[in-house]
This record gives sequence, C-alpha cells and structure tokens, in this order.
Amino acid sequence: MTGLTKVSNNEWRIAPHGAMRVPVIVYASEALIRDMDNKVLEQAANVATLPGIVGASYAMPDAHWGYGFPIGGVAAFDADEGGVVSGGGVGFDISCGVRALHTGLDRAAVAAVQQELADALYYGIPAGVGSTGPIQLERRALDAMLTGGAAWAVREGYGRPGDLDRIEERGCMAGADPQQVSEHAKKRQQQEMGTLGSGNHYLEVQVVTEIYDPAAANAFGLGRGDVMVSIHCGSRGLGHQIGTDYLKRMAVAASKHSIALRDRELACAPINSALGQAYLGAMRAGINCALANRQILTHLARRVFAELFGTDLTLLYDVSHNTCKLEEHVVDGRARRLYVHRKGATRAFGPGHPDLPSDLRATGQPVLIGGTMGTASYILVGNLAMCGHGPGEGPAETRELAFASACHGAGRALSRRAATKRWHGRAVQDELASLGILVRSPSARGLAEEAPGAYKDVTEVVVAAEQAGLARRVARLEPLICIKG
Amino acid sequence: MNVPDPTAPGDDRSPSAPGWRHFEHRADIGVEGVGRSPAEAFAQAALALTAVICDPAAVQPLVELDVECDELDLELLLTDWLNALIYLMATERMLFSQFDVRIDDGRLRARVRGEPVDPRRHRPAVEVKGATYTELSVTRDAGGHWTARCVVDV
Repeated sequence: MTGLTKVSNNEWRIAPHGAMRVPVIVYASEALIRDMDNKVLEQAANVATLPGIVGASYAMPDAHWGYGFPIGGVAAFDADEGGVVSGGGVGFDISCGVRALHTGLDRAAVAAVQQELADALYYGIPAGVGSTGPIQLERRALDAMLTGGAAWAVREGYGRPGDLDRIEERGCMAGADPQQVSEHAKKRQQQEMGTLGSGNHYLEVQVVTEIYDPAAANAFGLGRGDVMVSIHCGSRGLGHQIGTDYLKRMAVAASKHSIALRDRELACAPINSALGQAYLGAMRAGINCALANRQILTHLARRVFAELFGTDLTLLYDVSHNTCKLEEHVVDGRARRLYVHRKGATRAFGPGHPDLPSDLRATGQPVLIGGTMGTASYILVGNLAMCGHGPGEGPAETRELAFASACHGAGRALSRRAATKRWHGRAVQDELASLGILVRSPSARGLAEEAPGAYKDVTEVVVAAEQAGLARRVARLEPLICIKG
Repeated sequence: MNVPDPTAPGDDRSPSAPGWRHFEHRADIGVEGVGRSPAEAFAQAALALTAVICDPAAVQPLVELDVECDELDLELLLTDWLNALIYLMATERMLFSQFDVRIDDGRLRARVRGEPVDPRRHRPAVEVKGATYTELSVTRDAGGHWTARCVVDV
C-alpha cells in the first residue's frame, strides 16, 4: 500500500502528506493488512484531513470499508481547535453494541434442553424484518426513553438498578436532546423498542471454552464451561433515521462551515456550531435508545431463562461500538477533553480508569467482541500498553493506545452477494446443527449472508489487537444457540 | 416494470430495456438502476432496494402510497428517494414492487405499490438502515442511458 510503513509487527503508519493533518495508524497483523480493503487506508487518510483532529486517524485490526470513516475507525477532535463531529464517524446504527450476561448454568444444563431453549428464545425475542416490539411508546414516553436510556428501562420495570453499573455511562448518556430528533426518527421507533433487528445482529447462548487470563476472568466471573448470553444490536430505526437526517444536513452545510469534503460521506459540522450541537444531542438520544433496547431485550431473555431454568441472568457488561463521546485523554503529556469517534470500534478503558465500576476498576473494562454464529466470540480486557524507553531514557511507562479503543468484531471478508452465491441458508443451518449450534432465523437468505465463512477469522483479529497492546484476551466463547433476525 | 416517465427525452432513448442490479460492497450492498431517464433509473434503483430485502416478484402491488421529495441535486435526490422508501417500509411495515416516478426540476413525485411484510411468504433477508453517499452517482452515458447508484447500509 502506498505510503504505508511498518512500525512493528502489528502497527503500521502513513505519514501525513497533502491535506492530512495527522498520520494514519493501523493496528493489524501483516496478514490482516494484506486482506484489508484498499478503501480502509484511503478513508482513514481522508479522516486525517478533517479540522481539529488530534493525534492520529486510527484503524483497528477488523477495519473495513465504511461510509466516509472506515468501519473500525477511531478519531478524536478538539472543539476548541475547530474540531468537528461527523455522522459518518458514528454510523447509521448509533450505539450498536454488545452485552454479555451470566446465566449461572453450565454446558450440560443447557445441552439437556437445547432445542426447547432455542425455540423459546426465538419465540420470545422479536427478530427480523417487520417484527414489532413488546411495547409501543407514545410520544412523551419515547422522549423519556431518549433522555433516560437503560436507566429509563429499569424504571419501567425492565431489569434492576444493579444492571446500570455494568453499562457504559451507567446506562444513561448525558446531554441527549430529544428535540433534535426528527419526527420521522421517532415514528420509526414507535414499534421497534425491544426488537433485535436483522443482518449481523443476534442473541446468542455461548459457552466459555478457553480462559487466557485467570485473574481477569475471575474478576469478570468467567470460568471454563460457563454458559453466557450475548446480545448484539443497536438503536434500531430511530438511530438509522438520525444518521440519515444528519448526514444530509451536514453534507449540505459543509460549505457554509468552510469545510472542504473529500468525500460527501465525510459530512461533518464544527462541534461548536448549532448543527454540531444538534447532532450531538440527537446522537446521544440515539445512544440512549440503543441502551434501552438492549435492556428490554435482556428482560425478554431473562423471562425465558426464568421459565425454563428458574435462573436469573446477571449483566457482565454492555459496550457500544458506534459512538462519539466527550472524554479526557492525555496527549503529549497534556490532559485534553476530546470528542472521540468510534465507528465499529469498542472503548477499552484500562485498569484504574475512573469511569469503570468500582468492582472492575482494578482489572479494566470488559471488551466484548462478537464473532460469527459458527466460530467464536471473545471477551477481552482494556489494557495499558507498555511503551519501552531506550537505554538511559528512564523506566518504561504505560499508556492507552488509540484513545483507549479496540476492535469490535470479525469484520466481513465477503460481500453479502458473494456469500449468497456460495452458501444456502438452510444448508448453513444444518451444518451448524451438526456441530451442536442451533440457529433460529426467519430468513434462509439472511443466514447465507451471515455464513461464518463470510467473515474474517475473529481469532486473528483479537490476537492482533492483543499483540498491538489494545486489549488482552480473557476468554473465548463458542455459540450453542443463535437467534438471528 | 411499471415505470412510465413523461419527463424522459424521447429522442435519445436507447432501445435497450431498463434494469437494476446489485454491486459489491464488503460490508453492505450497492443498488443500481438504469433507465432512459433519471425517473426510470430511480424506479429501477428502488426495485434493486427491494431486492436487497426479498424477491421483488413476491411482493404484490396491493396497497398504493404517494412519495414526494424535493431536492435540486440529482444525487441527493436519489438518496432522499431511497430513504423515503426505507422510511415507509419501516413505519408502514411494507415492501414495494411497483414504482411510478416523475422527476421535474428537483421535484420527485411517485406512486408506489406493495403490500405489508409477511415474513413467512417474503422471507425478508435483511432490513435496510439507510441509503448512503458511498459510490453515489447519477450519470448519463453517451447512449442516453441514466444510471443511478449508491451503497445502502444493512
């Protein structure tokens, strides 16, 4: 790749040139770099040209071609230096994310009733195109949800206050402004609260098959053979419509803000502008919608487990991977308040971070990496990388990389079209069943599009993330049941 | 397909038929419509959008709705049009298979026909989140054919 130089086995760099204000830094193995879309580097370089960008334009090991920003892109902006906020830097599915729940069950307990559990979850979790959620919100309740997030859902009886400690922002994103969310967006959400969606979204029952870091696993309550539930979904129609609305508003207003866009999809607005503030208010409402949605889905899953096993599900953690958040980071020895965009990237706070719940602070943040329905998912822990100093330069120090971010999943290797040419949905389902993985989905074509072979090797991605110092592996989980939209 | 277009410049119409196709995007999918006018290309792109979700031939034209978009930039008009359909599909819980489109000086007026989603019969593969500006273009070739395309986020 032109201009790409190797810094280490898992770090690559493009020096600033042309209109780039900062370098591009890619964390990936040589094999992942070779397979990476050319567009990733082009898009990361385009992001590096945006006003007010700080440090570098980063790409994670699972990066692929996105909209303006690469998926797997991280970029931070300083509002006081003309920094921007970008809808494309967050994505259409605002606050799409993953949460992991303990079931308190082991593999044998689930194996005994695997079919019944799969059917009960498929029946109990609204999934797929045209599905509707368990509640319909009238306007005032919808606005309360957009302001309150998972905390609103808990107040409404979907879960317990203790859940909130294990959700980023304690389950409620501050600064949400429902007035900046269009009527279209609100209408699109009315029937979609508590729905899983489709595409790569899922609810899985998984078993822990490997422990890499016993101390962190102990702190996370993970042991080999434990059964977990994992939910991957986002802000549903509301988030998608906010993305659509503001992409256009920002693209149209770019010239007014004297921002030259290399690509219309890079549409952005100065953070300190009316449009930038409006987007932040709407986007934070979208984050709350996603947090509330995953909370309601948790409630639905809890009902199924209570009925079938008489057990409860306890929340390990909930992460979002499409966000822009105001955070404090040390850059060149100076603490700065920055707007960190993570598009297809997970926040990964290391040990000691004040925003972590007290019982996880010494260990670091759980980083939940979703895999495919046939391979594996991983739980990592946020890390502080060792930065070795040369001889005579004092002791090595630790620091966060990429504004404390890590990868978010496997990333696609094949397009949906290529996947449907290669696989048939029901054959995928049968093959997975022969491996002991029960898949339930309303759509055969959807299953073909999501076939495990259509994704990169998630293990290679998390190993690269670990070797680069972004996050450390704690546990590997393999699917037993997968509910797909 | 039912796409009469009173704004089409009759003289330079090509004899070949309008049509649609999907094009590759690693994470998502591209929709492309070709026609003898922007309106016909837009109608074909809408069919390509439905085909992302299910087989358009399985969608019966039982219910009729009107769509209006105003935007002078033809490319932005394409994403506005597709996003209006995505919004209708989401809020009305419908799929569409017929699109009568007129475009006149930045004003798009369309009558679209379809039916409520029936998961058992339509077997929808995926919902579309939004039409993006990635690979967005509306172009006219030397033969007078219009091509309207963009990537949609699924």
